[in-house]
Amino acid sequence: MYVAVKGGERAIDAAHAWLAEVRRGDPSVPELSLAQIREQMAIAVHRVMTEGSLADPDLAALAVKQARGDLVEAIFLLRAYRTTLPRFGNAVPFDTGRMAVRRRVSATYKDLPGGQVLGPTFDYTHRLLDFALAAGGVDPPAAPEAPAAVEPMASVAGILDHEGLMEPERADEAGSEPFDLTREPMGFPAGRDQRLQALVRGDEGFVLALGYSTQRGFGGTHPFVGEVRMGEVPVEVEIPELGFAVEIGAVTLTECQMVNQFRGTAETGPRFTRGYGLAFGESERKAMGMALVDRALRAEELGERAIHPAQDEEFVLMHADNVEASGFVQHLKLPHYVDFQADLDLVRRLKAEWEARRATPPAEGLKEAAE
Amino acid sequence: MTVPRNDVPTGTEARRRWMGLLARGATERLESVWAALPDAPAYDRLRGPEIGLVMLRGRAGGTGARFNVGEMPVTRCTVRLADGRVGHGWIQGRDRRKAELAAAFDALLQDDEARAGLEASLLAPIAADLDGAHAAAARKAAATRVEFFTLVRGDNPK
Repeated sequence: MYVAVKGGERAIDAAHAWLAEVRRGDPSVPELSLAQIREQMAIAVHRVMTEGSLADPDLAALAVKQARGDLVEAIFLLRAYRTTLPRFGNAVPFDTGRMAVRRRVSATYKDLPGGQVLGPTFDYTHRLLDFALAAGGVDPPAAPEAPAAVEPMASVAGILDHEGLMEPERADEAGSEPFDLTREPMGFPAGRDQRLQALVRGDEGFVLALGYSTQRGFGGTHPFVGEVRMGEVPVEVEIPELGFAVEIGAVTLTECQMVNQFRGTAETGPRFTRGYGLAFGESERKAMGMALVDRALRAEELGERAIHPAQDEEFVLMHADNVEASGFVQHLKLPHYVDFQADLDLVRRLKAEWEARRATPPAEGLKEAAE
Repeated sequence: MTVPRNDVPTGTEARRRWMGLLARGATERLESVWAALPDAPAYDRLRGPEIGLVMLRGRAGGTGARFNVGEMPVTRCTVRLADGRVGHGWIQGRDRRKAELAAAFDALLQDDEARAGLEASLLAPIAADLDGAHAAAARKAAATRVEFFTLVRGDNPK
């Protein structure tokens, strides 16, 4: 229980003034522009967009700047901002097959159509600090170019689908709209649409750790990265006045198709099962963790015993959101003076009784206990 | 969008295309072409420009049932020319001026004569900008494509 406490306005104002000052840091150091954050801290910006549920790099960069680089705080700022705007409608669902691919790798097929395209990856870097960057002032040479292939990048899931070795995806249920966590509270049992939305919004560290737990034996599904792809995907929006959809822009997405082993059932026979991850921007770790957890959460649907944390949808979905988690943990800082007074009285009384018992002779103590 | 430059399509498909190009063109290009119009028409703003959100959606597994991924800011505007033609502008992001220009051009482009000129001065250059940006990224991606080679052991017969 918390009690309204008045006072402290002056202290709060002074604290916020000091916050503004430390946010700026040493004034002899040039101030960061949003464009600098957007361009040079891009992956932090992408994470804030994904978990903040708002695809706008400039607003995410502003949130990162305002939050002094505290990404969970920045995510909170972006979530709060979106509540100030009306919703005009829904976009046509992404067709990730139309992605202008900058990266696409598969761990299941070496020579798949379109090939293995590494893109601008940290993979294979030596993870040695680069002191040339510390010195700064030198622009990197332009990245090499090669003739672009015209070969379409077929999805790996589609290849397996052709052979009947992959479970088919379910179509939309006629007449139903996907669950929307921004409009409806979390409910259980959750459909896959609700789970996927919650996982996109979910904390990268939490989702990654749960995915990792499945690899270590807590609900393992023997996953293979069928495919990870990253690039720009068109955004089409239906113009209500005109009754047709227009391609108004594009967003960068990272998509992970995880292929998992499955024994099959009497009805379906042996085939692979799917886990799916999707995130804004270059967010490969998040998309992969999400794909592992998505598959783990399908345990019941696939007739598996759900006994591990990553398979427990209430555990996963109720604790994945870092804005909620941070809010509830941090509310412990709010005044709990009355609560604590009550506890304090209780502990004092118990301690006094305990001391009184210790001071009395054992025989009488036994009798007292027997009463 | 690879519609041949001299083949101006008509009807809904044509409008879909130009509205998409207006939405994705640079504001500066829209602004400069508007400023250079010999007889830029006056218009009334019927709605907006106003900023809102659209919910972006994915499909489970890429092809399955829809789910909500997250929202994206958009700006929309509707204008009416003196002759009654109504234009709509819908753009990604929060640039009110761009949405207004897109709406005004959408109204103008419904006139066949105006469209022929704007195809050359506005739409084709936007399409070229977009194609150029895509092609540059595609060439860089192609350079990172892995060329596998198999090591041949010395004792293998040739």
